Amino acid sequence: MVTNTTTVAPPSAPPGSVRAGRRPALRRDGRYAGVFLAPSLIGLALFTLFPTLMALGISLFDWPVFGERAFLGLDNYSHLLHDPVFRRVVLNTVLFVVLYVPLNLVISLGLALWIGPKTKGRQLFRVLFFIPVMTPMVANAMVWRLLFQPGGLIDSGLQTWFGIDAPNFLGSSTWAMPAIVTMSIWQGFGYNFLVFSAAIDQVPQSQLESAQIDGAGVLQRFRYVIWPMITPSIFFATTLTLITSFQVFAQPFILTQGGPGVSTQTIVMYVYNQGWQFLTMGLASAAGWVLFVIIMGITAMQFVGQRKWVNYDV
Amino acid sequence: MTSEASAGVTGRRIRSGVSHILLILVAIAFLGPLVYAVSTSLKPADEVFTPAPHLFGSEIRWQNYADAFTFAPFGRYFLNSLFVAIAGTLVVVVASSMSAYAFARLRFRGREQLFVLFLGTLMVPQEVLIVPMYWLMQSLGWVDSYWALILPWAFTAFGTFLLRQFFLTVPAELEEAARVDGCGPFRSFLRIMLPLARPAIAVLTVFTFISFWGSFLWPLIIVNSVETKGTVPLGLAQFSGQQGTQWNLMMAASIMAMIPTVLLVILLQKHLVRGLLVTGLGGR
Repeated sequence: MVTNTTTVAPPSAPPGSVRAGRRPALRRDGRYAGVFLAPSLIGLALFTLFPTLMALGISLFDWPVFGERAFLGLDNYSHLLHDPVFRRVVLNTVLFVVLYVPLNLVISLGLALWIGPKTKGRQLFRVLFFIPVMTPMVANAMVWRLLFQPGGLIDSGLQTWFGIDAPNFLGSSTWAMPAIVTMSIWQGFGYNFLVFSAAIDQVPQSQLESAQIDGAGVLQRFRYVIWPMITPSIFFATTLTLITSFQVFAQPFILTQGGPGVSTQTIVMYVYNQGWQFLTMGLASAAGWVLFVIIMGITAMQFVGQRKWVNYDV
Repeated sequence: MTSEASAGVTGRRIRSGVSHILLILVAIAFLGPLVYAVSTSLKPADEVFTPAPHLFGSEIRWQNYADAFTFAPFGRYFLNSLFVAIAGTLVVVVASSMSAYAFARLRFRGREQLFVLFLGTLMVPQEVLIVPMYWLMQSLGWVDSYWALILPWAFTAFGTFLLRQFFLTVPAELEEAARVDGCGPFRSFLRIMLPLARPAIAVLTVFTFISFWGSFLWPLIIVNSVETKGTVPLGLAQFSGQQGTQWNLMMAASIMAMIPTVLLVILLQKHLVRGLLVTGLGGR
């Protein structure tokens, strides 16, 4: 109501009065902005900001799905600290990350360098490797569960072609995690492959050729020409892969259900189990927050560390 | 001299030929699991596990694909997934194109700070949100409803970010000319910006659809009556537990779940790079 006066200002201010003309326009824009932003603002406030804070609140309570709630303070967190299952679950998740992230990065970067701009059918490889990134994770994991079965392709292939008796991959506490990592790499490396491949596209061929004429070998060309230009992409891929790998859920859920025992249970599976199997929401929320803090810490470390090796001015 | 030069050329040709053959082998190995899945989906049930690997069973059983639909209500799961993914994508595209326009084109106080806050919400992993989200759904009476499958994850700053970047590349003169002609922000948004942003919106649409289509954790939590409200991934997970595992039917169902996404990837192959950000963290 009060701002009505601004809307009756002449649509085109006389030249020279830029200042006077700008202000009402700014205020008018402000009102329109409110309308344009409303759906996202309301949605994000209700479904992201509020739940984030609420999660912190719930984690301080004994909060069963049904029934009486009681304030506990930090008891849920100290319970987690002393729960051998939670400790094991954190360890499993870290093990997954430590195996998965470097392997994923090395394979995707290696292939992106190998399948360079001059390779025939390059687009085909990009599409091909990207397919499992997009297909439903549950379907991918189902395929690999069959592959890893006793009598499945890997087992029968090893026996027929190499005469080796394969272990029961998913039922063995030694092999289950490597199996999950293998499946996850097959599923996920196409993403980073595309990131790196797009970055390598930006490296000028002329620079590579002149380096070659100057006698630089393959490794030197990579180290001194390509690497400095793709460090921002490496940083992006590393950070993103780290974040998402800490959140691993569907692969172990489908492949092993966290077993044998809890040897492949991850933090997110723990959150799910606490919340929807044991119906203790407070504990689930606390575990979720622990994961959040781990992820924030890793991301912060990445951003601090990047100053030493990421090159933005090329 | 010429023979030396041609020897160098032949050497390079041989090397690139060998490299190409190796690459094709890598691609075949990569495709192996999918080929095996298709092959299993066409085998009779008692030929899934054989001592030696076989690409084909004694017959090609297309009937498995039809049987998957009667073994579990997969028709229902597909319809549910389709409905949820389309509705969710619609909300994402409308909400994020509107806010992206505001951030790219409208001047208002606190714009930069608000945008940083938007991006900040991307930091919060879904796992932190699921507990309070479940409680919120309980409070709204939305547990086991389509609302709960669609709305909670339909407001993400990814779309806003992606489309804002695109809107910023549109020359300001285009819009200014229209504004001088008395065209307000709404018409300028609908008539000028949205049509220009079609490629970016297509990317956002496809990637959002795919992320809804594949989402698993949230449906697993929020859907109680899988038979009627279940989505495809939920159906698949459920399917595996029933009466032993019918691997041939399960592979048929998995392949069917993959087909729409494979087609979309092929359709959008030229624009995959642009969608990387949407997929990167958006896998909910």
